Amino acid sequence: MTALIDMMGIGREAPNHRPWPRAIVGLEVWRAAAAHLAAGHYSLLALWGESDAVHMALLEEATAQIGILTLECPDRHFPSVGQVHSPALRLERTVCDLFGHEPDGIPDNRPWLDHGHWGVRHPLGAAVASPADALPYAFLPAEGEGLHQIAVGPVHAGIIEPGHFRFTANGETVVRLEERLGFAHKGIDRLLEGADLARAANLAGRISGDSTVAYGFAFARAVEAAVGIEPPLRAVWLRALMAELERLANHLGDIGAICNDASFALMQAQCAILRELVLRTADSCFGHRLMRDRILPGGVAMDLVDDSIPDLRALLAELRRRFPGLVALYDNTASLQDRTVGTGVLQPALARQYACGGFVGRASGRSFDARRRPGYPPYDDLRFDVPIFTKGDVNARVWVRIREVEQSIGLVEQILDRLPAGSVRARFDPSASKSREGAALVEGFRGDILTWVRLGAEGTVQRCHLRDPSWFQWPLLESAIEGNIVADFPLCNKSFNCSYSGHDL
Amino acid sequence: MLLVLLLAPLLTGFVRSVKARLLRRHGPPIIQPYRDLLRLLRKDAVLAHNASWLFRVAPYLIFAATWVAAALIPTFATGLMFSWSADLIAIVAMLGSARFILALAGMDVGTSFGGIGSSREAMIATFSEPAMIMIVFTLALIAGSTELSTVASFMLSSAVGLRVSLGLALVALIMVAIAENARIPVDNPATHLELTMVHEAMVLEYSGRHLTMIELSAMLKLLLYVSLIACVFAPWGLAPDGAGPIAYLIGIAAYILKLAIAGLLLALFETSIAKMRVFRVPDFLGAALMLGLLAMLLRFVSRSL
Repeated sequence: MTALIDMMGIGREAPNHRPWPRAIVGLEVWRAAAAHLAAGHYSLLALWGESDAVHMALLEEATAQIGILTLECPDRHFPSVGQVHSPALRLERTVCDLFGHEPDGIPDNRPWLDHGHWGVRHPLGAAVASPADALPYAFLPAEGEGLHQIAVGPVHAGIIEPGHFRFTANGETVVRLEERLGFAHKGIDRLLEGADLARAANLAGRISGDSTVAYGFAFARAVEAAVGIEPPLRAVWLRALMAELERLANHLGDIGAICNDASFALMQAQCAILRELVLRTADSCFGHRLMRDRILPGGVAMDLVDDSIPDLRALLAELRRRFPGLVALYDNTASLQDRTVGTGVLQPALARQYACGGFVGRASGRSFDARRRPGYPPYDDLRFDVPIFTKGDVNARVWVRIREVEQSIGLVEQILDRLPAGSVRARFDPSASKSREGAALVEGFRGDILTWVRLGAEGTVQRCHLRDPSWFQWPLLESAIEGNIVADFPLCNKSFNCSYSGHDL
Repeated sequence: MLLVLLLAPLLTGFVRSVKARLLRRHGPPIIQPYRDLLRLLRKDAVLAHNASWLFRVAPYLIFAATWVAAALIPTFATGLMFSWSADLIAIVAMLGSARFILALAGMDVGTSFGGIGSSREAMIATFSEPAMIMIVFTLALIAGSTELSTVASFMLSSAVGLRVSLGLALVALIMVAIAENARIPVDNPATHLELTMVHEAMVLEYSGRHLTMIELSAMLKLLLYVSLIACVFAPWGLAPDGAGPIAYLIGIAAYILKLAIAGLLLALFETSIAKMRVFRVPDFLGAALMLGLLAMLLRFVSRSL
């Protein structure tokens, strides 16, 4: 195999791209990279488009080396990666929907985000009016005796995000599940084009509401990499504090919600109390329950509210006191274990192939955590474990969350102990003589969020792409539910808890 | 007859309120089910385009069958107006027809959820009805009659004693009652997840006054089973036929107390357990059937058991 660094060397290196290299390559290298992906030498981190090019971010897990390949496609065609490496399929369909670049040889050329309601096709490329007589979306067929289809959503009975699920079932057993997403498409890519940094940071924080800190963090790091500045030390530590509080709140909410989907409302009531405690403390420390818009390029928007450290310490004490009891309750309720153990198994091989991050990947034996590798400050200076489980069922995904809650409690404690003093924001002038590019990989509660940004000379965003971890988790949900019963789908779905908004962008 | 109709929403409201308290929530007031029913009654009924006449008449038939069945059970006095006309077997048959109509109505509109709900309900019914019949036979063999007033007075007399078969029948009846009333762990009455519903999936398409009828029947059914268990296994306080007003008052007080205890126990049980997989339900009800069968066999083997 070719090391990623060597492969990058074959191409022409793009100037001013930090911290990882970006190489402009020809068809040969692009195809070779696809073959390496298919062989499992690299993992696909992202694949996104631009008006005259497609980009692909690759990770070599052995060395934690990251590189971005760019293929210029003035003729609006590029060789499909998805034909050999299926995780790229939906990404390529999205590139085709938004920019009109045709992936040659793609086995599935149906539109993905474009449902024919935009009025135009390829809004980010050469926009053309969409044809009035669009073909209906053809769901994949399943053949056999006694199969029937169940269509669920996009409007659901509960208040959740929109998404359509098409089950083909034999009685109660699911034969095939196909997702249809894109109902929450907001056109973030277009809104980001030409936005100044303040507005762009604002938009990034609104991509997926429950990960607003992680998105803000990822965007800020990418811009800082492009401009080449370091935020003050205190700001870096405050960012990690916010990120861990967000992780705590979401994991606690998820653990309760998964149990609630097995009709065990007691657990949800208890977890909701803890989540509420975390959110209230976040409100008293940072003035916003979800800490939205608190992380900005160059630092953080505000320092901790005075005298709020005792609040945080009290929160930690309360979590330490009450959480073990809930874990014991989860572990000792036989009727609950009966539902979660062995349900919705995700094979480790698939998790590896899709380079799936977060609790979904870590419950199926994939140890990747962006805080550890490639790592970013201040986590390289903090002690924490990355919990791994290998069973891949709903139970394992709950346990990853439980262990991560414990780790996050430890992390917040370390941060409070060692929080450095100083300013919290570096002022900088984003304009420069030429355009610059930056990338960042930040671990949100769902998994790694990749951000790539190109800043123009006047300091505004030329093009920015934010890839949600759910891109590589949604397809795996289809696989995990196979052979389970229809009534277990809500449980599996909640244990994945993928983002609709972040995915539909 | 009116009494059961008036008390049914109260029992449901009480169970919900106790469950909310157990989860450290305030929960809606205990009379909320009355308000919900009134609200639904005032709303327009929305019908699917392809709904047939069956879909429209089903709620009234279900309600009528359930109400009559509930009226046949002695609540606080044994001398009922209709005692002579119907017995336990008739009650089981009434409930069976109500369920049959509901399952048909669920499939009538042709949505996938209605179909899922109906097929699951049919599966549950297939297992719970034989168990119920076994329980009825056991009781009839012991008391010498399938008429509930007679059973209740026999249970009150000293001829009963402590019998293993009665104990088994009680456990079986409770299991059947849980399944029939769509409670946790068989079904979750409060769920919003379309794919896990049984009872709720069948009535998803109903609205307005039709939904009122169905909701009220569901509440009546819960009351019916509680009354049945109370009447057969805890008949203390039941006023005998032709007793004075004092005895009736005592009977009513005892009845309400029994309802409260049953509601409390139900809420406690539901809070402490998760829902089981759909395919575990046959095991659960199979156990009920076996218990019913065992109770009857024991009765045959020995007169005193």
